[in-house]
Amino acid sequence: MGFFSTILGQIILAALETLAVLVPLLMIVAYATYGERRVMAAMQLRKGPNVVGPFGLWQPFADAVKMVMKETIVPSGANRVLFMIAPMLTFGLAMVAWAVVPTGNHLAVANINVGILYLFAISSLGVYGIIIAGWASNSKYAFLGALRSAAQMVSYEVSIGFVMVCVLLCVGSLNLNDIVRAQNGLWFCIPLFPMFIVFFISGLAECNRVPFDLAEGESEIVAGFMVEYSSMSYAMFFLGEYANMTLMSAMTSILFLGGWMSPVPFLAFIPGPIWLILKICFVMFVFIWVRATFPRFRYDQLMRLGWKVFLPLSIGWMVLTAAALEIFGWLPHG
Amino acid sequence: MIFAQIFFYIFAAILIVSAVMVVTSRNPVHSVLFLILCFFNAAALFLIAGAEFLAFILLIVYVGAVAVLFLFVVMMLDIDFTELRAGVQRYAPIGAVVGIILLLELVMAVGGWKIAPAAAVLRMSPMPLGISNTDAIGRILYTQYAFLFETSSVVLMVAMIGAIVLTHRERTRSKSQNIARQNARQPADTLTMMDVPIGVGVKQLGILRPGPALAAPGEKITLPETDHVAVTHKPGAH
Repeated sequence: MGFFSTILGQIILAALETLAVLVPLLMIVAYATYGERRVMAAMQLRKGPNVVGPFGLWQPFADAVKMVMKETIVPSGANRVLFMIAPMLTFGLAMVAWAVVPTGNHLAVANINVGILYLFAISSLGVYGIIIAGWASNSKYAFLGALRSAAQMVSYEVSIGFVMVCVLLCVGSLNLNDIVRAQNGLWFCIPLFPMFIVFFISGLAECNRVPFDLAEGESEIVAGFMVEYSSMSYAMFFLGEYANMTLMSAMTSILFLGGWMSPVPFLAFIPGPIWLILKICFVMFVFIWVRATFPRFRYDQLMRLGWKVFLPLSIGWMVLTAAALEIFGWLPHG
Repeated sequence: MIFAQIFFYIFAAILIVSAVMVVTSRNPVHSVLFLILCFFNAAALFLIAGAEFLAFILLIVYVGAVAVLFLFVVMMLDIDFTELRAGVQRYAPIGAVVGIILLLELVMAVGGWKIAPAAAVLRMSPMPLGISNTDAIGRILYTQYAFLFETSSVVLMVAMIGAIVLTHRERTRSKSQNIARQNARQPADTLTMMDVPIGVGVKQLGILRPGPALAAPGEKITLPETDHVAVTHKPGAH
């Protein structure tokens, strides 16, 4: 163990830990694209991709190869540097956030004190990829998409923040590991059920998913901020969207579904990462289910839902939670 | 420790360079993006100083919300920056006077600064009692500085209400939807179901407007001259 306590050893160790998180994550992201197409196909009585490999399982790799072979086109009026930075930013931020996600008891690349703030900060930075893409493309459709998305993501972050405060009141710590351990026996999705729903729906809006995908809105603004992108830069946006979805699912699991803990004590021998992955898959399935079920919101209704429904509801529930904890003496003292 | 120093100088250098770029770049959108880089590096400096709570609050509030709105507004503005720069020489003296007054005020404020005895102890040990600094800030913010904290929140509230009062106007021609009314609408209010015999049509039944008498199947109907406009009235309007 002597080698791993030197500086070089520490760096190598950190790199290995990062790989241990990123490789499964990228696999999940790649197969999320396949899973979404298969699940939606099943819901719509179609077959979905079933040709490449057994059950179409090589489809993600076929898609990746296709994307790499395409020509990258930069529009002549575009701001070249920002145009190329935007997809990297989207994809990179979605990856960076995973540094603090606990996959087992104290099993995270960085188990920091303010883990939940870190996640919140990173997810609120995600909007920059989209705004910069929309502006740098120098195209009206892209710009409209970027504006829509900026207003939408900032609006829904507010209620996500208040939902997080509700959870933090019950935990008494900002550490993600503590948040998961505080749910031992009772997941927060039961006592905080309304907030669970608000968080899930705001998560849909934050990821620009159907029914809140007005930033893309293919029937009105073609593909929104992605309209000028092609080849790998498009693929990075595409994968970034799925990585964000995975991240939002992980956040939902950690805050409300007991993270890496097993739902019943006699299944506790199954390791934490597997439980976390199962929960992420469940939440992502619901994301896809929603996509296959609901039509797109109108923009004014989207704003109304965020500001006039979710915001008062989450603030009210936060006050209620604090009052209940104080009256019954359940306040955790961290 | 040497790592912390190296990172400090890296972040500080980027911070200063990007702050200069905010002022000097020609494109206002680039200015805002450099401002964001600036915030980012300031957050990194907070992290190095061990103030992780402040670092992430800086990121969430300034980078995640305030700068997004800046960017939002600046992207939509159509400013010709050469035109703005034309007046620089003329307004420079006024700007300098305002700057000097602000500087003097700052000097006076800082000169009259007294550190509370309790705060002096805190300065010596940034993380008292071995608790996390989130906890430490909470303990001091809601006790010692509760009044200032509440006052600043009221100031922000006033600013917000002021902005809304100044800019809000009732749009009389707006077609925005009243959601409560929309949800309270019943099918019976707007929809009438009716049985119409084949080959007759609703007009002849006299539901939409008085028409000619019902014709037997196969008989030719002569419509009034005026009646060739499509009727889209709500049933029962006449």
